[in-house]
Amino acid sequence: MDTVLQIKNLQVSYYTDAGRATALAGATLSLNAVEKLGLVGESGSGKSTMALAMMRMIKPPGRIEGGEVIVSDIPVTSLSDEAMLKARLNLIAYIPQGAMNSLNPVMRIGAQMMDALKAHDVKESKKALQERCMTALESVDLKRSVFRMYAHELSGGMKQRVCIAISILLKPKVIICDEPTSALDVVTQRQVMETIDRVQKEIGAAVILIGHDMGLMAQFVDKVAVLYAGRLMEVSTVEEMFTDPKHPYAKALINSLPNLDNKGVFKGIPGIAPSILRLPSGCPFHPRCTQVMEVCRTKIPELITLADGRSVACHLFSEEA
Amino acid sequence: MADLLELKNVTKIYTRGLLSKTSTTALANASLKLDDQQPTIVTVAGESGSGKTTLAMLLLGFITPSSGQIFYKGQDISTLRGNDRMTFRREVQAVFQDPFSVFNPFYTVDHLLTVPIKLFKLTTSKTEARERMYEALTAVGLRPEDVLGRYPHQISGGQRQRINVARALVLRPKLLVADEPVSMVDASLRASILETLVGLQKNYGVSIIYITHDLTTAYHIAKSIIVLYRGAVMEAGNVDSVIKEPKHPYTRLLVDSIPWPDIKRRWGETEIKARESELAGDGTGCKFASRCPYAFWPCKEEPPLFRLSEHHATACYLFEQNPRIESEQLSELLPV
Repeated sequence: MDTVLQIKNLQVSYYTDAGRATALAGATLSLNAVEKLGLVGESGSGKSTMALAMMRMIKPPGRIEGGEVIVSDIPVTSLSDEAMLKARLNLIAYIPQGAMNSLNPVMRIGAQMMDALKAHDVKESKKALQERCMTALESVDLKRSVFRMYAHELSGGMKQRVCIAISILLKPKVIICDEPTSALDVVTQRQVMETIDRVQKEIGAAVILIGHDMGLMAQFVDKVAVLYAGRLMEVSTVEEMFTDPKHPYAKALINSLPNLDNKGVFKGIPGIAPSILRLPSGCPFHPRCTQVMEVCRTKIPELITLADGRSVACHLFSEEA
Repeated sequence: MADLLELKNVTKIYTRGLLSKTSTTALANASLKLDDQQPTIVTVAGESGSGKTTLAMLLLGFITPSSGQIFYKGQDISTLRGNDRMTFRREVQAVFQDPFSVFNPFYTVDHLLTVPIKLFKLTTSKTEARERMYEALTAVGLRPEDVLGRYPHQISGGQRQRINVARALVLRPKLLVADEPVSMVDASLRASILETLVGLQKNYGVSIIYITHDLTTAYHIAKSIIVLYRGAVMEAGNVDSVIKEPKHPYTRLLVDSIPWPDIKRRWGETEIKARESELAGDGTGCKFASRCPYAFWPCKEEPPLFRLSEHHATACYLFEQNPRIESEQLSELLPV
């Protein structure tokens, strides 16, 4: 399998009045074509920062401090600003949270899709461009007539599908979806997720799904990466994550999930997530960890690869590597 | 023995437009009874537009029903005045969806908790007020010294939501209306907030109406469930039988769409038959008929509830061989 996305030691900081906040501290990941990765974590854990950094859309006071993002052999992080403009949507597409509310209310859906094509210098006749847009709409289960409609004529699920259609217009290699269904009903959610699944297979892109709904992750992704306070805690396949999580935080997260079989059992994670401005020393999870050791309080664990190919950042496993 | 709360054939219709009036039935003919002596947790579940929030607003007395009546301890809440009204306001409390927008950013947590104590003249002594605050905060699993004196921006979403529950608790309510209390809270904190709610019911005898679109959490905290679709009751009963063996095509669709956090229970195994509807129904007949894969000729008329077992009923003509029950009898189905 060919690797389409490589993230190497990506670091992002925000410079605030209260000091420098490290929102992402050296994330390393790789993803193959047609693979789906789930990026989970609590609010403020750096999920969206990671997505924005991959798109090079971090705005001041934030800054990418280091690291590399490589999408099918093109180093995205060292492209010129002009080249990056063309790379977005063409190479790597991003569906931000609440994307469906960002459709222009006074432009027809079709015009917005054509805009995207024109901005990327697609040299084809108008007819051919329109045909491409309509095919994209059809591939996300929308009628061709949606091309002539306005956003207010569509339901939430349909608007979200329009956003997916726009993101696949240029057949990008990587699609990042930031909580694509958080405002939708469960039934619509399932339909939208199934749409993403299908178009992804059609165009052969890798998908990164960002969210905190572990249920959705179990249904959709192949691999799960758990972020906590800007650090990757564990990267495993979805089967391993749900049956045998390694990192104590991942374990607690999995155990806190409601299921059909454990009715009335509530196992929340005690304590609260730290602010990235005031991180505890050592492992950021150690104040809430049930298996905390002396070393955890002083030394930050590195993300290490275990014998079975899983990655964990925890001192419990530092000898196994 | 009296009923704590009784809804009698409550309907709420929203009309809009000045010349050409269009109306939406947000809630149709809802009846429900809650017993005074046996506190319970009832879930009201449904998608957006199902009338769940309308129901919450009606229960809290924020809006008045278009027809039908709501009784609190035997008195119609629209006629409550003076002291009775204050008692109703104190004993029926709410927790809303968004823990980020309900706080005034200029006030500390102390202020938020002391205002209701002062307003309802629960106590005049400062030490007793403080004791109440400590008790309520401890009951929801917070350390008072962690949150007192802090401003809303200094505490996390999960803590805020628990402070909301604590604020309700200092008033010693009889009924808590929780409208989507965990939908905006991180997954790892949901469990502890739900646990707090269950604790309130067990230890403080508070009845809870838990309004949600999330059937997973509903299954975990409630005894009974009412599934709404466009203002009409689709299915109701014991939460175990409704979620494990849903009968109504709509409930089946909902249950099949739950993303269970379990890799052994994947979506692919059940094919979705009903699709997203493109047009709303015309208002008569079964509300779900336009999306229902099993719709047949009787569905043009509104189906009554058919009783499937002691604690399970559904409003669908597929089950018309079962005995009919009146919608007023709905609460008999709900186990406490």
